[in-house]
Amino acid sequence: MSAVLTHAPAIGVDGGLALCQEPVRVVDDSSLSDNQQADLRRAGWMAAAQAGDRAAYERVLGESVGLVRAVARRQGVPQDLLDDVVQETLITVHRVRHTYDPARSYHAWLSAIAARRAIDSLRQLGRRDRRELHEPLAVEQHADERQANDAAEQDERAAALREAIASLPPGQREAVEQLGLREHTLAEASALTGRSTGALKVNLHRALKALRNRLHGEH
Amino acid sequence: MADAPNHQLLIHALGADLAPVRRLRPPLWRTFGWTLLLAAMAALLVWHYGLTPMLTRWRGAPDLAWAGIGAVLTALVAGWVAFSLGVPGRPVARAWLVLPPALLWIGASGVGCLRSWVAPDTVVAATMAEARGCLEFILAFSLPLSALLVWLLRRAYPLRPVLTAAMIGVASAAGSASLLEICHEFDAAATDLAVHALAVGLVIGVNALCGGRLLRPRRPIAAR
Repeated sequence: MSAVLTHAPAIGVDGGLALCQEPVRVVDDSSLSDNQQADLRRAGWMAAAQAGDRAAYERVLGESVGLVRAVARRQGVPQDLLDDVVQETLITVHRVRHTYDPARSYHAWLSAIAARRAIDSLRQLGRRDRRELHEPLAVEQHADERQANDAAEQDERAAALREAIASLPPGQREAVEQLGLREHTLAEASALTGRSTGALKVNLHRALKALRNRLHGEH
Repeated sequence: MADAPNHQLLIHALGADLAPVRRLRPPLWRTFGWTLLLAAMAALLVWHYGLTPMLTRWRGAPDLAWAGIGAVLTALVAGWVAFSLGVPGRPVARAWLVLPPALLWIGASGVGCLRSWVAPDTVVAATMAEARGCLEFILAFSLPLSALLVWLLRRAYPLRPVLTAAMIGVASAAGSASLLEICHEFDAAATDLAVHALAVGLVIGVNALCGGRLLRPRRPIAAR
């Protein structure tokens, strides 16, 4: 069977006619492995996405999630950070989708971006670990009773804060988690939650007010 | 704490933001554009100085011709490597391809220092100060060439920005050295070679330092 991957020419809104809209690849795929056929299929979808085909784009992104996770795992990203790497990779893919050449492997292109995002994530983790004092070391260096009491008090306050956040309405909780805890930008949080930046800002404002009231009894 | 992020939600959001894009031209195409600009600058210099002095020098001392050819090839290969590095998934090992032409360029320049005769229509720069014009020429021409390469890479996504910027430096320094060959009044000598090495090193270093920052991929931003 021959695979002819084509997509309709389209007018690009970001600066003119989409170029190179000729058939992407014509190959006899009977001799190809399953992986190669899957790669060809994704290349075709990505080419169509470059021309503005939303359905093809969502399909290729959907299939990319597993690939990105595998790359991130190979790079040594801890399990609890894999989803962050997936999301950051998908956002990067969206931003640089014009750099993909449909005549080449989609897998190689995606893997390179995913590996970069995974390394960034590991570096960020390393920086965070360096900033935070290792627990045994902290006890050794700050063993006096007052500081131990301070730590216990801090734990209590953190638990109260966690409880207060959990009690927020879903929209407000989401805003605090995305903007406050995960430190995403408004634009990132908007893409991740599907809410407008305006709604996120309002929800964050209301959440902070509710948290203040609950923790400090301010009215 | 938050649940695992919903990837499908993000995919729908990105899909809703999808717009057709203009594909990045292949690295070879963009290298061709960069070569055309280099050729245009060379044509201007030839128009001003003429070809005869360069050809006379090359006939009298073929090592100068080999050094010139090495510099041209280094400029083209380094330019192509820089454009390739701007596309995710292209092999980083391509950077090594710059080595053979660079060795020809450096080797032929070095061999020229061992000659016992002076190439026609040239003088030997006795001090580094005398060869200062070469330094100024290479720096002055490297600046627009580097700026142009950075501009041509504006839509690219170099995953190794410092290496890409260093390649831009190699390409523009070698390009400037190639152009200098058209009007170079000094014969190969240790002093002249040292000035060239200083200029090329400066261009590559400044590019790696500043260009790396300019080309560094930004943290992902969400769809508009």
